[in-house]
Amino acid sequence: MVPFTYARSSSVASAVQTGALHISSQSEEPGTAFFAGGTDMVQLMREQVLNPSHVVDVSALPGISDIVAGPAGATLGALVRMSDAAEHPGVREHYPVIAEALLASASPQVRNLATVGGNLLQRTRCGYFRDVASPCNKRQPGSGCPAINGQNRLHAVLGTSEHCIATYAGDLANALLVLDAKIRIAGSRGERQIALRDLHKQPHDTPHLETQLAPGELILAIEIPSGAAARKSHYLKVRDRATFEWSIASVAVALDLDSFGVVRDVRLAVGGVATTPWRLPEVEEALHGHVLDSGLCRHAAELATRNAVSHGKNVYKIKLIQRAIVRALEETGGLA
Amino acid sequence: MSSLVGSPISRVDGPAKVTGRATYAAEFHPDGLTYAAIVESSISAGSISHIDSTQAERAPGVLTVLTFLNAPKLPYAPYKQRPAVEPVSGEALRVLQDSEIKFSGQPIGVVVAHTQTQAEYAASLVRVRYVPAKSLTHFDSDRGVPTSEAAAKKGRGPEARQGGDADEAFHQAAVKIDGHYVQPREHHNAMEPHATVAEWKDGQLTIWDKTQWVDNVREEMVRIFGISADSVRVINPFVGGAFGSSLRTWPHVTLAVMASRQVGRPVRLELTRRQLYYSTGFRPHTEQRVALGAQHDGHLQAHIQEAIGQTSTYEEFAEATLDAPAVTYACENRRTSYRLVPMNTNTPCPMRGPGHATGLFAQEVAMDELAALLKLDPIQLRLRNFAERSPKKDLPWSSNALQDCYRIGAERFGWEHRTPEPRSMRAGRQLVGLGMATAVNTAPRYPASASATLLADGTVVVRSATSDMGPGTYTAMTQVAADTLGLPLPRVRFELGDSTFPKAEEHGGSTTTASIGPAVREACLALLAKISGTLGSSALFAPDLLDKIRSAGSSQIEAHSDSKPGDEKDTYAMYSFGVIFAEVHVDPDFGTVRVTRISGAYDAGRIVNPKLARSQCIGGMIGGLGMALLEGAEWDTRLGRVANANLAEYLVPVCADIGELDVIFVPGEDKLLSPLGVKGLAELGLCGVAPAIANAVWHATGVRVRELPITPDKLIVYL
Repeated sequence: MVPFTYARSSSVASAVQTGALHISSQSEEPGTAFFAGGTDMVQLMREQVLNPSHVVDVSALPGISDIVAGPAGATLGALVRMSDAAEHPGVREHYPVIAEALLASASPQVRNLATVGGNLLQRTRCGYFRDVASPCNKRQPGSGCPAINGQNRLHAVLGTSEHCIATYAGDLANALLVLDAKIRIAGSRGERQIALRDLHKQPHDTPHLETQLAPGELILAIEIPSGAAARKSHYLKVRDRATFEWSIASVAVALDLDSFGVVRDVRLAVGGVATTPWRLPEVEEALHGHVLDSGLCRHAAELATRNAVSHGKNVYKIKLIQRAIVRALEETGGLA
Repeated sequence: MSSLVGSPISRVDGPAKVTGRATYAAEFHPDGLTYAAIVESSISAGSISHIDSTQAERAPGVLTVLTFLNAPKLPYAPYKQRPAVEPVSGEALRVLQDSEIKFSGQPIGVVVAHTQTQAEYAASLVRVRYVPAKSLTHFDSDRGVPTSEAAAKKGRGPEARQGGDADEAFHQAAVKIDGHYVQPREHHNAMEPHATVAEWKDGQLTIWDKTQWVDNVREEMVRIFGISADSVRVINPFVGGAFGSSLRTWPHVTLAVMASRQVGRPVRLELTRRQLYYSTGFRPHTEQRVALGAQHDGHLQAHIQEAIGQTSTYEEFAEATLDAPAVTYACENRRTSYRLVPMNTNTPCPMRGPGHATGLFAQEVAMDELAALLKLDPIQLRLRNFAERSPKKDLPWSSNALQDCYRIGAERFGWEHRTPEPRSMRAGRQLVGLGMATAVNTAPRYPASASATLLADGTVVVRSATSDMGPGTYTAMTQVAADTLGLPLPRVRFELGDSTFPKAEEHGGSTTTASIGPAVREACLALLAKISGTLGSSALFAPDLLDKIRSAGSSQIEAHSDSKPGDEKDTYAMYSFGVIFAEVHVDPDFGTVRVTRISGAYDAGRIVNPKLARSQCIGGMIGGLGMALLEGAEWDTRLGRVANANLAEYLVPVCADIGELDVIFVPGEDKLLSPLGVKGLAELGLCGVAPAIANAVWHATGVRVRELPITPDKLIVYL
């Protein structure tokens, strides 16, 4: 670990001020890192993948660790523990995709410590990113991407660039994406709200810039609208190991069928196969207004990978994600 | 004869382990302890042109930074006799003695500081420039070279033949299969990372080290530092899993000892999880060709097995990959060949079931393929080729209950419910498959010594410099001692893991119970004779024992034994056997495999402790499950590095991966191998599991995967 200063903030205002202060006083990377659950961040710091000069502990900030979840909408404070959100009755009843995605994430021990705000910013599991003796454009811009022609069985087939093919590893964000969630953010210039779909950035030629968050900005809460599709939502995760493992393909579905089985509303997102949480509007469009049956599901799923690019060992993900989409739709729509 | 041997007694060291009182190497804390961190090479071949440690030396808390520029030159005397745990030839890494780089991750410096964090940070400040050389980081089987004369002496030679011309017989055979099988580089990933605490005090060196062989750590320090054996003591009462990774004395032990002498204070050096992938060994990547030819009735006419494994550029690691093929089945014509590809990597080392697990994977999948081709039940095919005598050297077995294992195992598992056609069984949406495989492993016995001491409080302490990495040496030896002495368990204490104790060979190769057991028994018998001679025949049980000892004028009575095998190892083939059955569920869309049941029937001679023995076997099943479905280093052929060198990406099974595990020991004992009647069990436990699962996957799906691990990507293309 590289030496750093540590400060514990007691209010959102002071946290973002401290963050902003260090940005202005020290313009060079890496500046300030906010610390809450720390489940991944501590590992990354110990291996010198992340080397913040200042760590601001936000784990005790008041007012951002509550869950409100009911038929009219939900708010998850950024400091809500993954385990608390997964077990909340309102979340389970009205937004099952969230509970399912969380329960499919990590282990009970990790979920008891990790926060939902931090989880949205889960860093990639790319082995080259995590090994400082290897080149990596995300960790060290311009050093190269050994994954493109190397060990890339777990890497992305959607949203890649010639600079980075690292997979976005989280689950929760995929679930929130199909609920059209928004996030509330605090910064030194005040609060703002953005759609979750705008949070993550594709790698392009700047894979080290992963989100729209400005330096020193802090996620305060996740706002989730309710609806019939949210109530009938589902998360499917496919992985090498039965549990405590990242996905090789996952699908979030929110679905509303009318009484004839016609798709009134559908939202789909995939994980484990893309560089960011990945919504599939073209698949949604193909399903909309049609009677949901297996043939339609298969047809729609094929559209998901029209622009997929594989790099050798990850080619199987194209077939896998199509099948996972079909399975998730069938399970959600009562066809399985 | 006895009541304790054969009883399912719980671990005598269990309470200490679950309450945290068991002290592991890194937990010893001599006064003034300091902490070390390793600087590693980031290139895989070449030399260091420039190394600058000034920034590191100035970092907070740093006591010293050692590199090849300022490290003491060590004698590194040649071996008088190469220890059995060393690779068959070559020269171990001489740490910080020159500027040469042999592999990425090689230790090229060590930093000592007041805290671990300070040492690690300072290590990252050492600036290194290299002159890279052409590196051999690609496993290119064309570069494979036949194993050496030294390897041949250990039965790991480049070629072995049985009967006539195997190639001609294969050519002529009525039914044949010819397959290529790949087993990746695998890492032990024991829970406890390797750690060494070294302290020099008044010319005496004490080392607390995670090791399976304290005596060898002492001998290596004597050889490397040119010091006398009586000035070194090595202690290690507990090992948190090792699986073969702690047989050798790795370079970091030398680094800790060197650093401690340099700073004049005790030093702790604990490897990080990532460093374990470079600073210790691993199961080598091995590719094999198996060609089987048979008559229509299933009798084997030809068996050709060719193995190409990886080794480092500086040491020849040859293992017993082709031993199982040489002994498992009767076959008229057999030929094996063994080659190694030297690469810029750290040297491989034994990993549970070394060689045998690898050879059996290829052989037993090939047998399953042959059975399918013959439309013969896989068990029938094996029974038809049962070897009445060992085909290797044509020796009689010391014992062999393999036929019982097939019969009893099949019954327990419900093999008769298997329909032979692949893809013919289902559970809901899931494809169901049943598979089986034979397991064999050598069952050696080594010389060993032990002492037994009657203390003034009436307790008998029995000692040997062996180890307990998890199989239950403490418990089994306490049982043997208590039975021999006729004492209840609480009056007997077994102690191990101290180089001042009577000599023992390595705790590995399934040898401990068969070797240390007889030594313990003989020491206890000698003690009984001594007590009887000094204090009277039933003094041990007399209520006035304490008075008797005192009046004899001593505080304790001690006896010693040196036990060793006779020439039976040259006249008999000594092996343990097993038959493994597995049931899998495969998702037909995703290719995900879940193992619902594993059942194993074992012939391991007499079982000293069924509870511990079962633990051994289910541990082996879980290790084999990992080998079959999850484990494998993602080796980057350009960088010469493991891209998944951590426990989040190098997958081992978690509880949810494990279904029902069933273990049965077929009755038997082997008095030829050991007076206790026991045979080795530990290595056997992992053998045969991966091929049983691979065969079950084929039965479920009709897809034959010949490359481990069987991950969804390898199945989904065919589903």
